[in-house]
Amino acid sequence: MAAAEFDIPEIKDDIEVPRLHEGVMSHVKSFPAPKSVQDFMGYPHELGEDWKERAIDKMGDLLGKYRSLKVFLDACVHCGACTDKCHYYLGTSDPKNMPVARQDLMRQVYRRYFTTAGKLFPKLVGAKDLTKEILDDWYSYYHQCSECRRCSVYCPYGIDTAEITMAGREILNHVGMGQKYSNEILGKVQKIGNNLGLPGPALIDTLEGLEEDIEADTGVPVKMPIDVKGAEVLLITPSADFFSEPHVESLIGYAKVFHAAGINWTLSTHAAEAGNFGLFNGNYETMRKVAMRIRDAALELGVKRIVVGECGHAWRVAYSFWNTLTGIGYGGNDPFSIELQKQLDPTYPQPQHICELTNDLIKSGKIKVDPSMNDDLIVTYHDSCNVARASRMGTEPGGQFTIPRELIKSVVNNFHNMADDTIYEATFCCGGGGGVLTDDLMEVRVKGALPRATALNNVVKEYQVNFMATICAICKAQFTKVLPKYGFDMSMVGGVHQLVSKAIKLD
Amino acid sequence: MSTVTMIYAGMFYIATFLLVVGLVYKIFDYSRTPAPLVIPTTPAPTTRTGVVYRMAKEVVVFESLFKSNKWIWVFGWLFHFGLLLVLARHLRYFTQPVWFWVDIVQPFGKYASIMMVAGLAGLLARRFVVDRVRYISTPSDYLMLLLLIGIGVSGMLMTFVAHTDIISLKEFFMGLMYLDIQPLPQDPILMVHLALVASLMVIFPVSKLLHAPGLFFSPTRNQVDNPREHRHVAAWAARLDQNN
Repeated sequence: MAAAEFDIPEIKDDIEVPRLHEGVMSHVKSFPAPKSVQDFMGYPHELGEDWKERAIDKMGDLLGKYRSLKVFLDACVHCGACTDKCHYYLGTSDPKNMPVARQDLMRQVYRRYFTTAGKLFPKLVGAKDLTKEILDDWYSYYHQCSECRRCSVYCPYGIDTAEITMAGREILNHVGMGQKYSNEILGKVQKIGNNLGLPGPALIDTLEGLEEDIEADTGVPVKMPIDVKGAEVLLITPSADFFSEPHVESLIGYAKVFHAAGINWTLSTHAAEAGNFGLFNGNYETMRKVAMRIRDAALELGVKRIVVGECGHAWRVAYSFWNTLTGIGYGGNDPFSIELQKQLDPTYPQPQHICELTNDLIKSGKIKVDPSMNDDLIVTYHDSCNVARASRMGTEPGGQFTIPRELIKSVVNNFHNMADDTIYEATFCCGGGGGVLTDDLMEVRVKGALPRATALNNVVKEYQVNFMATICAICKAQFTKVLPKYGFDMSMVGGVHQLVSKAIKLD
Repeated sequence: MSTVTMIYAGMFYIATFLLVVGLVYKIFDYSRTPAPLVIPTTPAPTTRTGVVYRMAKEVVVFESLFKSNKWIWVFGWLFHFGLLLVLARHLRYFTQPVWFWVDIVQPFGKYASIMMVAGLAGLLARRFVVDRVRYISTPSDYLMLLLLIGIGVSGMLMTFVAHTDIISLKEFFMGLMYLDIQPLPQDPILMVHLALVASLMVIFPVSKLLHAPGLFFSPTRNQVDNPREHRHVAAWAARLDQNN
């Protein structure tokens, strides 16, 4: 089915805050998940008669389990600080894409059913009974949020709309309004081992083909081992790295780094996916189940280290949640986590980001690079939202900004940052994160990319930048699809290890 | 004892009771609700001390708001800091002898009321002038600001224009504290001022004024960024580990 026609926004000199236009994005409905998909996830596929009770019960359940949700629904004072911070508001001008208004879609119901003021004086405090119209608004606007957390940086109380969106999607799933894109992927990753549904033999075949390509290209037999027991490193990377362009160029880069450093590594067919869409849906148990594949693979293969490839939300889940969900990390004192932690090598962070690993190897001289190999490129770097605002690299706060840049600067000679208010913690989401990377949300994706496209356009004009590096599979897929609509060449987007791959010296 | 005194005495006992019980309940409720995942907005401090510093900056200088919007920051900070000085000054009506630092604050507290009301007026103006803020404002958002402005203006009238019988007022409040009720001076401005304050106390624990305790419980601000080094598991989530 073709997505609806829409106008591509015009890139201006600066990112402008639009005047609001009510309802201009209310027509957007991501495709609903069909019965087979919802069945596997254990959710209904249509609204039952008791949907309202189910929704309110689920909200109550989540309020008891998540302090974030409870505090965030109470604390907002409607100050307006977040209203001009969301890339989807900036790109669409629909007021329900302002973070506070997106939260209020749930807050109005929370106040009505869970607060004294909302029960007694609903009109006064903007409390509303839950209706089908409100539920439809949830479905529409909770799938126009990429859970990028930009709003949470600017909120005086740290209210993170991502937490509200996750709760909203969990409730929607619970009443039978799942999203096809995310839930289908969650089925594939659990049944087959990766989000693309690429079976083991196909994956092995792909890797063999890549090995041949690298050898033909460089004359060096760089390997891409899979399911090797006793390997030192287990590499967990987004499955897009195995066959999508430009993702695969980074996979080749990782393989060359391991080869050059002499590190014995392996992939896993069982855990051939770093991505974890359980995060997007806000269901702890789903997220845990998906993450457990990595623990299982690590135990089975007996690896000493777990390294994660270029993927934004995956790195958030790996860095921030794996220890909690699966015991991949340190500091556990329970049998469940000790079982794995005693196997891991304590001289390395667990899990480790591939950029941390490569940067350390270059700095310590264990691998050699020639940045002049990238002299055809003038490079900028897009901080992926989940890496920037929900994780870290290295030992210092902000390492997630400095380490990828250090790494880039060691393999390229020409580097320029985009404007300060569009990078680091202020970075704009690519517009496709958080379960939005689907063709049925193309209008949301294109318009949501406007702030990033504007910032990119400015460095293209000022410094003739011709390559935007990023470390996220979703960013890469989104930008290669969406930036051409703004007149950029799709080949100007790629991974950091795509640059490493060109500069690294193999012998 | 006059009826008015009895009404105001009862009103303040009830308002104080509701404020304290409401806030204690809310704080208890926030603290018993688990935060199952590590979700600080990064870059975040990697130590507990660092978190205290981050939180102190949020509380004292509204760091995130400063990054966000200078107008809201100016108005919001004027209001809150003005209110703090004004409240400090008001301690003189509840202490005998008056604490020495309250005496020092006294002259600043008087003029801080101007900061406070100016800040509130700015915040109210934004609700009318900025289309995005107008869109998100509910009736209670306007009323809350009007209530606070009413408190500020009635207080300023007594400070700068028509002084009330402050000696008797202090006797009334000291009496309330020691359960020995004294007559309330029957000055209309004072009665308006006190009634508005009592309303604010009642509204506090059931409204967005919960942002005050809420900030301290906000996981994006109060968590330490150390998930690779420390295993963070909520009780309800830990039970899942035992099924493996």
